Amino acid sequence: MASELEFEPPYLYPDYRATELRAPRHPLVKLPPEWFHQARGPVFGRIPVQPEDADLTRQHAGEPLGERIVITGRVTDSDGRAVRNTLVEIWQANAAGRYVDPVDDHPAPLDPNFTGAGRCLTDEEGVYRFITVKPGAYPWRNHANAWRPAHVHFSLFGPSLASRLVTQMYFTGDPLIPHDPILNSIPDERGRSLLTARFDLDTTIPEWALGYRWNIVLRGRDATPMEDG
Amino acid sequence: MTPTPSQTIGPFFGFALPFADDATAVPSGSTDTLRIEGQVVDGAGDPVPDALLEISQSEQFARCRTDAEGAFHFIVHKPNEAFFNVTVFARGLLRHLNTRMYSVDPKRRHTLVAQREGESLRFDVRLQGPDETVFFAID
Repeated sequence: MASELEFEPPYLYPDYRATELRAPRHPLVKLPPEWFHQARGPVFGRIPVQPEDADLTRQHAGEPLGERIVITGRVTDSDGRAVRNTLVEIWQANAAGRYVDPVDDHPAPLDPNFTGAGRCLTDEEGVYRFITVKPGAYPWRNHANAWRPAHVHFSLFGPSLASRLVTQMYFTGDPLIPHDPILNSIPDERGRSLLTARFDLDTTIPEWALGYRWNIVLRGRDATPMEDG
Repeated sequence: MTPTPSQTIGPFFGFALPFADDATAVPSGSTDTLRIEGQVVDGAGDPVPDALLEISQSEQFARCRTDAEGAFHFIVHKPNEAFFNVTVFARGLLRHLNTRMYSVDPKRRHTLVAQREGESLRFDVRLQGPDETVFFAID
């Protein structure tokens, strides 16, 4: 049985330089698990979410440039039960690897037809689905010639305080993955593989968009890691 | 099943996660509100301008991105419960952090903390008086 810690990144991971001054240096104080697992999570209902927020290619007058993709999957708890009606928020760079965010100064073009932010609620089976374009890789200044692999940021709430998750989804086979300290902060390869979406022909829409599947497991109930990852 | 691992929120969430009146946990026009404000600083004492905080308590939920000075604020109902849950996300945090903001009267909170006495902890229970222990109501 692998330790759960090997499937999660540590707080301090010096290869990702920003952790050095931001990782707490004291061990976290343990609270009884039920304080988190039974404490109802944040009531996120004030966050606006419209059906059209799930299609990032239709938020402007024209269509964004790039490879149109569908990202879908099932959100479950650690026991495999569907997490229904929970909020999924995503954000990403455009196809050229540039974020709309004013903090991003990478000199790649902005796309007037792409913002890169979406929201949806999971359905009765725990399924979420977004239509977007494949994000581009982009450089960052963490180390010499550092490039982030293509990724989509995900934020999910789930039913309890323990189930809150912010993470990043990567694309299987991306050649930048072995060089990325953020993904490789997760010690166990099986943990890292949980963050890569796989291309899926059944999700692919003929003549229109490539399909990717990525399932998400939120912490809760029996959160013990399994050997089969 | 293994929970999906965490990754940092990164620096570029500011165009996506904030929403209208996100820092205000109470309906507009509410009276009996309280402003909570603070700052996020790193190990060098420098402001953290790219953090996102969320607070929650019962029906209250609010979200605030820190500004260039690392400052954040929330508008909440005047607390009638002991604490707010606080969740901290930031560039450089590979996993988010959970903490609590206690809103117990500063003059009384010392009654909740055991004192180290040699190898032991000492915890006095004062039923009345100026140092009356803080007691909790359980619904």
